[in-house]
Amino acid sequence: MTDLMTTMSLLLAATTIGAALMAIWGKRSLPIAILAAGLVSLLASVQFLLLAAPDVAMTEAAIGSGLTTFLFFFVLGRVRGGSND
Amino acid sequence: MIKRLVVLLLLAGIGAIFMSLLLGYTPDNELNLTARYYAEHTAQDIGAANIVTAIIVTYRGLDTLGEVTVLFLTAAIVGLVLAQGRQQNSQRSQRKLPESGELLQTGSLLLTPLILLLGVYVFVNGHLTPGGGFQGGAILASAILLMLLTDPMRHFSHRLISVLESISGLIFITIGVLGIIYAGGFLDNRILPTGSLGQLFSAGVIPIIYSFIGLKVGAEFSSMLVNLSETEGS
Repeated sequence: MTDLMTTMSLLLAATTIGAALMAIWGKRSLPIAILAAGLVSLLASVQFLLLAAPDVAMTEAAIGSGLTTFLFFFVLGRVRGGSND
Repeated sequence: MIKRLVVLLLLAGIGAIFMSLLLGYTPDNELNLTARYYAEHTAQDIGAANIVTAIIVTYRGLDTLGEVTVLFLTAAIVGLVLAQGRQQNSQRSQRKLPESGELLQTGSLLLTPLILLLGVYVFVNGHLTPGGGFQGGAILASAILLMLLTDPMRHFSHRLISVLESISGLIFITIGVLGIIYAGGFLDNRILPTGSLGQLFSAGVIPIIYSFIGLKVGAEFSSMLVNLSETEGS
C-alpha cells in the first residue's frame, strides 16, 4: 500500500470514528444520530473499497448505509406516531 | 458508578486485545495455503472471473444455503410478529397522509427503474464483477424502499413476493440436487459447461444460482420493508 493510500485510510478511519461519536452523543436530535450512523457505514464501505474488498463494500453500502438507515427512520416515524414532528 | 467502571474496564480490555493484534501484525508477502488454492484453481475448475463468487456459490455453497435460510427465517419472523398488529389496525389504516414532495415523486419515477436495473445487473454479473446475489437483492429492495417512501399507502402483493421467494429457493435447491446427479456433488456448478473465462454465459450454473439468490434476497428484504410499512403505529 502506498503512502497516499495509507493517509487516505487513516483519514477515513478518523472520520468514521468522528461520525460514530456523533451518532452516540447526538443528544440534540435522533434523526441526526441516525444519519451519523448511516455515515459510519458509508465511510466503512469506502474503507473496504480501499482495502480491495469491493464485494464487502457493496454489501455494506447497500445494507448498512441504505436499508438500515431507512429502517431506523421508519421505526422513528412509527414511534412518534407521525403526529407531532 | 460501578456500572460505568465495568464498562470502562471492558473497553480497556477490548482495546488491549486489539492493540496486541495490531502489534503482532505482519503483512503476508504471499498468499497462504487456502488462498493460493482458490487463486490457482478457480479459473480452470469453476470458470468464474470473480473468485469471491466462486467461493460463495460453489466451494462454500452449503454455507450460502445456510445464510439464505437465516435470512428467510428473519423475514418470516418479522412477518409473523408484524402481521398481528396489522390485522387489528386494518380498518382504521386509512389515515390521511400528507402528499410526498414533488422532488421525491419525480425523482423516484426516474430512479426506481435505474436502481432495479442496477440490482439485476449486479446479480446477473455476479461471477464477473464484484457483488452478487446478496448485494443485488439488497439493491432491488432499496428500489422498493424508494417506492414506499414516495407513497407509503402503496399496496404490494404479498402473494407475489412470497411466490417469487419460494420459487427462487426451490430452484436453488433443485440445481444443488442436480449437481449431485450430473456433476461432482451438491451445488457443483459444472452441470452446464464452464465456458470461457469472462463471458456472461460461463462458470456453469453460477449465474443462474446467483440470479435466483438475488431474487430471493430481494423478495425477503422487500417483504420485511412492506410488512414494516403496513403496520400502523398505535
